Amino acid sequence: MQTKVENNKAWLLVMPVFLIVAFSAIIPLMTVVNYSVQDIFDPYTRYFVGTEWFKQVMLDSRLHEALLRQFIYSFTILAIEVPLGICVALMMPTKGRGASLALILVAIPLLIPWNVVGTIWQIFGRADIGLFGAFMSYIGVDYNYASNPMDAWLTVVLMDVWHWTPLVALLCYSGLRAIPEVYYQAARIDRASRWAVFRYIQLPKLTNVLIIGVLLRFMDSFMIYTEPFVLTGGGPGSSTTFLSQSLVQQAIGQFDLGPAAAFSLVYFLIILLVCWVFYTTIMNMQKDK
Amino acid sequence: MAWMSWTLPTALFFIGIAVILVGMTTWQIVSPCVERRGFLPLATTRGDRLFIGLLSSAFIHLAFVALTDVNIAVATVLSAFWMLILMRWG
Repeated sequence: MQTKVENNKAWLLVMPVFLIVAFSAIIPLMTVVNYSVQDIFDPYTRYFVGTEWFKQVMLDSRLHEALLRQFIYSFTILAIEVPLGICVALMMPTKGRGASLALILVAIPLLIPWNVVGTIWQIFGRADIGLFGAFMSYIGVDYNYASNPMDAWLTVVLMDVWHWTPLVALLCYSGLRAIPEVYYQAARIDRASRWAVFRYIQLPKLTNVLIIGVLLRFMDSFMIYTEPFVLTGGGPGSSTTFLSQSLVQQAIGQFDLGPAAAFSLVYFLIILLVCWVFYTTIMNMQKDK
Repeated sequence: MAWMSWTLPTALFFIGIAVILVGMTTWQIVSPCVERRGFLPLATTRGDRLFIGLLSSAFIHLAFVALTDVNIAVATVLSAFWMLILMRWG
């Protein structure tokens, strides 16, 4: 009888990844933890302050406001991008040259760098030279993203929807293409309606790609920085200042490394918690099925 | 290592985390765990419970710092008890 030999040598294959992650993430994170308990004037002049920065950061009303804005922003774009991405994927052609062309057209926004997206929308939204701004003026809407907080929010949300809905659409498209034709044949035999096909065949089969899509979009939107920074600079006032921008203002603008490090760790823990809740909920839904 | 601005409490914290990870790995090799359901509303492995315990301990510490003026050591003791309960009955 042949016995199965077990050893753990395969773990050595993980070592390069572990070393890279240690270098790029674990060591910087350890440094941030060290900074968060000290008042740092320069690399050689620093004083231990214990949990003082954490208390200051946790009671800072600007952080609370930025956190609230961040949650509203992330859940707004998820509420728009996920259904819209599914709709786009359902409408995309499945065969022939049209399918390739649609894939290329849908993927274009994903290829544009974040700061360029911000610049595009900055120009696009201007009433004097931008198409969107000029259109809004033409239909009689007093639109100005630089002075009106609601307009700034609308533009930032539209920008994100334009930039990232294609990701959800492409993920859903790949999920839809993976559904075997026999499911549709069975649905046709049962004379299932278009809605029934979507509800009982397509949507359940899309769950896995939607898990990835929701997680990616949540994490990415929760850490958003470049696009709103280029578009609105966090304004008007601080109406579009999200968490990462507050953090950068504190760490680089004011050079408050201690409070910024404490802020980063609180931010990190919130992201970790929300992602874990998302992941666990969705994975348990899968298990229950 | 000076550029990392080490302090004694943070060094002890990371040594503690490293010891926990090595200990858990050894425990797993000696006695592999089976996923089970305790008072938490989901089936968990030993590693899941450790992660939940560490994350919730971090939030217990933050709550103590933000909402009270009590010494942080109280939060640490409370977190240690919470970790034990979670690992045993979670």
